[in-house]
Amino acid sequence: MSRAAIAHPRPLGQAFRKGRPALIAYLTVGYPDLATTRRAVPALAAAGADLIELGIPFSDPLADGATIQEASFAALEGGITPAHCLGLAAELAPQVAVPLAFMSYYNPIASYGEEAFCAQAARSGVGGLIVPDLPPEEGESLEAACARHGLELVYFLAPTSTPERLALVAKRARGFIYLVSLTGVTGARAALPAGLEEFVGRVRRAAGPKPLAVGFGVASPEQARRVAAVADGVIVGSRLLQLIKEDPTLGKVTAFVGELRRALDGMAAGKGR
Amino acid sequence: MNLPDAGGHFGPYGGRFVPETLMPALLELEAAYRAASAAPAFWEEFHALCRNYAGRPTPLYHARRLSQKLGGAQLLLKREDLAHTGAHKINNTLGQGLLARRMGKGRLIAETGAGQHGVAVATVAALLGLEAVVYMGEEDVRRQSLNVFRMKLLGAEVRPVHAGSRTLKEAITEAFRDWVTNVATSYYLLGSVVGPHPYPMMVRDFQAIIGQEARAQALSDYGRLPDAIVACVGGGSNSLGIFHPFRDDASVRLIGVEAAGKGLDTGEHSATLGAGRPGVLHGSRSYLLQDEQGQVRPTHSISAGLDYPGVGPEHAYLKDTGRAQYVAATDAEALAAFQLLATTEGILPALEPAHAVAHAAKLAPQMGREQLLMVCLSGRGDKDMDTVAQALGVKL
Repeated sequence: MSRAAIAHPRPLGQAFRKGRPALIAYLTVGYPDLATTRRAVPALAAAGADLIELGIPFSDPLADGATIQEASFAALEGGITPAHCLGLAAELAPQVAVPLAFMSYYNPIASYGEEAFCAQAARSGVGGLIVPDLPPEEGESLEAACARHGLELVYFLAPTSTPERLALVAKRARGFIYLVSLTGVTGARAALPAGLEEFVGRVRRAAGPKPLAVGFGVASPEQARRVAAVADGVIVGSRLLQLIKEDPTLGKVTAFVGELRRALDGMAAGKGR
Repeated sequence: MNLPDAGGHFGPYGGRFVPETLMPALLELEAAYRAASAAPAFWEEFHALCRNYAGRPTPLYHARRLSQKLGGAQLLLKREDLAHTGAHKINNTLGQGLLARRMGKGRLIAETGAGQHGVAVATVAALLGLEAVVYMGEEDVRRQSLNVFRMKLLGAEVRPVHAGSRTLKEAITEAFRDWVTNVATSYYLLGSVVGPHPYPMMVRDFQAIIGQEARAQALSDYGRLPDAIVACVGGGSNSLGIFHPFRDDASVRLIGVEAAGKGLDTGEHSATLGAGRPGVLHGSRSYLLQDEQGQVRPTHSISAGLDYPGVGPEHAYLKDTGRAQYVAATDAEALAAFQLLATTEGILPALEPAHAVAHAAKLAPQMGREQLLMVCLSGRGDKDMDTVAQALGVKL
């Protein structure tokens, strides 16, 4: 890799700006193929995404619903490895102005080696890691490896999280806190749960100024607006993969991200953090 | 040393690698288990059910003809095949079923490979008046159709899982997804010493009744402890159950037998400890059959109950510390052992413990005639008739 191609990691916090709810887009790398992901990342950034999560496919995605499972299996069938994901990030980071994060289950990272993976991720211009099966209790060594390489490790909170866990995650999370909107797996839902606002409020009181982004189940501009009314960011994943499957030319998915962007921008400005 | 530690670790293994949604549930489960475990009434009810319902203690049977035929150690069979539902799985489901009821959870979720755990869950659900949903890989539904029917007769709902290899691994993943979604009302009754803390500890504690009985039986019937104990290892619950009460008896060799499938060199096997390396699957760190990229590898065994790429974290610890030794037996060796036990002792074992019998048959001739070799006969073979007939080229 030439020196010029080495990107500096962009902190995930750059996605969160006062008065502009952050739109976070998740893609499974290599779904339906690497070339599509290569085109999709700059296209989604141009359409209004503020942060892009590059999903590293895993054989046993415990926290994912049917859509991301299918995408992961298809990507693995296509031979996608963590090395491909690191390479793609290195290629894309200089092309986009928004931060990139890796979303990966823990085992592919552990297998690559925490230290080596973090070093390579940072060199590739990735700002942080999101690991859905790694609670803070098991995260100390990866956190340390992230810190050594200037990466941020994002932790999760769920509606089931107790006050003790809110405090624990608030203390340990870097970049932002990923709020799981519902008790369940990822996947587009017709409706978000009634208790969402109360849940975000509880986290807000525990987490102070740390940005809060809500994901799982968000699939429409209306839902995105509802989330952004209380949180700092909205995460959309499964719906994007469905639209990429329907239209691999990316017309539908970029139109949808544009729609989400406008929905968020159209909200009353000045929601203060 | 009392393991696991407070975080559920056995040395570097174990722990809780789960989505945040489940962390509070695991902490609640651990607290409920510790409270139940400290209540004498809980264990009294467990032991009463083991005795009056499950038919415990199971015999420790001296297999004279088999011992004679092998020409070495005396084989002692711990007859878990005689427990209610036909396998050791009932010990754990009675314990966890009582715990679920104590926690006020009306719905049991379970995974099953061979179907023995699923049947034991369906049984306990009927016994305790709870609802049961059992996830089972499509491939296992096919090769264990009798057990599927048994579960349905017992009132359980069986949900086939179509993803991936369509075996136990996917069934566990799907059961976790159900639990993530229905965590407030449901109890995940995991069937082996795998998964996140507290399962490996809790399942071991309930299955330890096997070893506690066997140890007392050996002392009372033979006046001494066995020289070696052999048990099969898939997730590892019957083996850990029989090993655990002997862990401080340094004179007793502990030997786990994994499934070598078509042979370790073919790649088509389930010998996690023999051929895997440490990794994280289904909530805990242990040995794992995985490729160079950390993707979990497909496995194979003639026995559905051993066909799993992971293994309980305490086994990983026992392997690394050298307290237990792990070997493997192929499909063909298990099948031969199945026939050997049938014709010399009149016992049709399940294909899982047939792997243990296969290793015992290799080990016994190397031991003296006065030595005692204990084998955990974890289940009976009725469920495997189709598989065995097919393997022997017999059309039923």
